[in-house]
Amino acid sequence: MTSIQRQKIAFALLFLANLLVVLPVGLIVFIIIQKGWPAMTWEFITDIPRHGMREGGIFPAIVGTIYLVSGAIIFALPVGLLAAIYLSEYAKDNLLTRIIKLAIVNLAGVPSVVYGLFGLVLFVSFCKFGASILSGSLTLGIMVLPIIITASREALESVPYVFREVSLSLGASKWQTIRHIVLPNAIPGIITGTILGIGRAAGETAPILFTVAAFYLPQLPSSVFDQAMALPYHLYVISTQVPNVDPKVTYGTALVLLILVLFVNLIAIIIRSQFRKKKKW
Amino acid sequence: MQVKKNEILCAIGPSNSGKTSFLRVLNRLNDLTPNFRMSGNVLLDEQDIATLDIENIRKRIGMVFAMPSPLPLSVFDNVAYGVRMTGIKNKRQLSEAVEAALKQAYLWQEMKDRLHESAFKLSGGQQQRLCIARTLAVQPEVILFDEPCSGLDPISTAKVEEAMLKLKETYTIILVTNNVKQAARVGDRTAFFLTGELVELDQTEKLFTAPSDHRTDDYIRGRFG
Repeated sequence: MTSIQRQKIAFALLFLANLLVVLPVGLIVFIIIQKGWPAMTWEFITDIPRHGMREGGIFPAIVGTIYLVSGAIIFALPVGLLAAIYLSEYAKDNLLTRIIKLAIVNLAGVPSVVYGLFGLVLFVSFCKFGASILSGSLTLGIMVLPIIITASREALESVPYVFREVSLSLGASKWQTIRHIVLPNAIPGIITGTILGIGRAAGETAPILFTVAAFYLPQLPSSVFDQAMALPYHLYVISTQVPNVDPKVTYGTALVLLILVLFVNLIAIIIRSQFRKKKKW
Repeated sequence: MQVKKNEILCAIGPSNSGKTSFLRVLNRLNDLTPNFRMSGNVLLDEQDIATLDIENIRKRIGMVFAMPSPLPLSVFDNVAYGVRMTGIKNKRQLSEAVEAALKQAYLWQEMKDRLHESAFKLSGGQQQRLCIARTLAVQPEVILFDEPCSGLDPISTAKVEEAMLKLKETYTIILVTNNVKQAARVGDRTAFFLTGELVELDQTEKLFTAPSDHRTDDYIRGRFG
């Protein structure tokens, strides 16, 4: 076999592997759009569920998901970023720090239902927030914290070391260096982490199951102590708990969830590219 | 060893001889390195730098690094960076400081219309002179040069050397260099380092013509290193 033939086989294998990755994703999106599109009416997006959730719209679930995700990010982004700054810039490289870093990376892989139970015990029962948007947001926030911390840490650590040395050698303090040199150059990476976090928070069912989600609540929440409907849980309910639901409603809900996550990601990607444009190295 | 005001003290020696470590002791940049140990004292105007405020030390003892290392900012912001960090926000004050520093580094003519371009768009030699200007803007007393010409072509090197000779009228300069000839060209006095040890320190002319240690002689003649 000549080296050119071998190269061709390698290319073919790589291409095939790529196809295997892209195909299922494309198929999922295609099926959801195909089956859900007929349900996409103005009424579906803006109306409350009617007739035992078999008809009407999913407006409360959309609003609920937006509230939950916003709440989770408002909590997790500042906390996660500060923790990442501490870990990558200030913490001494010793056994304890390494254990903490390892634990954070591993926390990202903990099953989401565990976070749900944790939220139930801590926020719903112990803090007496009840099943509420507050409890749900905090639970989702804790779930996405490891993602945000890990991504932010990597972003901070990828800022070239020489920039820090130069800044310090010009008489800047450590905090000035972080504030003016390290952070601005780490923002794209931090936003990427946040995007991942948003996607995860918007799509998870288990963490909100015990902490916030209402089976059927045909009105909008009025405060953070109210229960709320949420898209993933609503999807779960109408596809398994309610008999005789038109599949187009189910797929329509999935499509809305997909669009919502894509839309949020799009905003984040635009912000990120704005920062990348400013990047001068 | 002593460094005198307004002189250029050169440190030469093969790689790993401790020249750069020595330099980084002087502005306490080694403090950043984990497990770094040092003994002895560094005195600046008779005061031990270990007892002084670290940011203040680094303002008084500036440093130019081996590779051109602009910050990811515009030309103007690069030069203004150190000044801004002292808390000066006044725009006129900043642009005056930037202009003065760029002029001292022989960069003003080339840069006056490019102040708001990214510093990464400059050539290597311009970047290195920008780094010099950036150090000057803070108005240090001593400037440490860590092999400032190692990444530059001969013409850029000549420009940097010219700038250094001019600068010694106002500043005290310590120059670490891998280029023995450079030490001979600009150094008032020269120190020879070998495997972490200061072998010899003398007037440049004497060190190059009649070194008292045979290892110095061997190195200068290119027998090793």
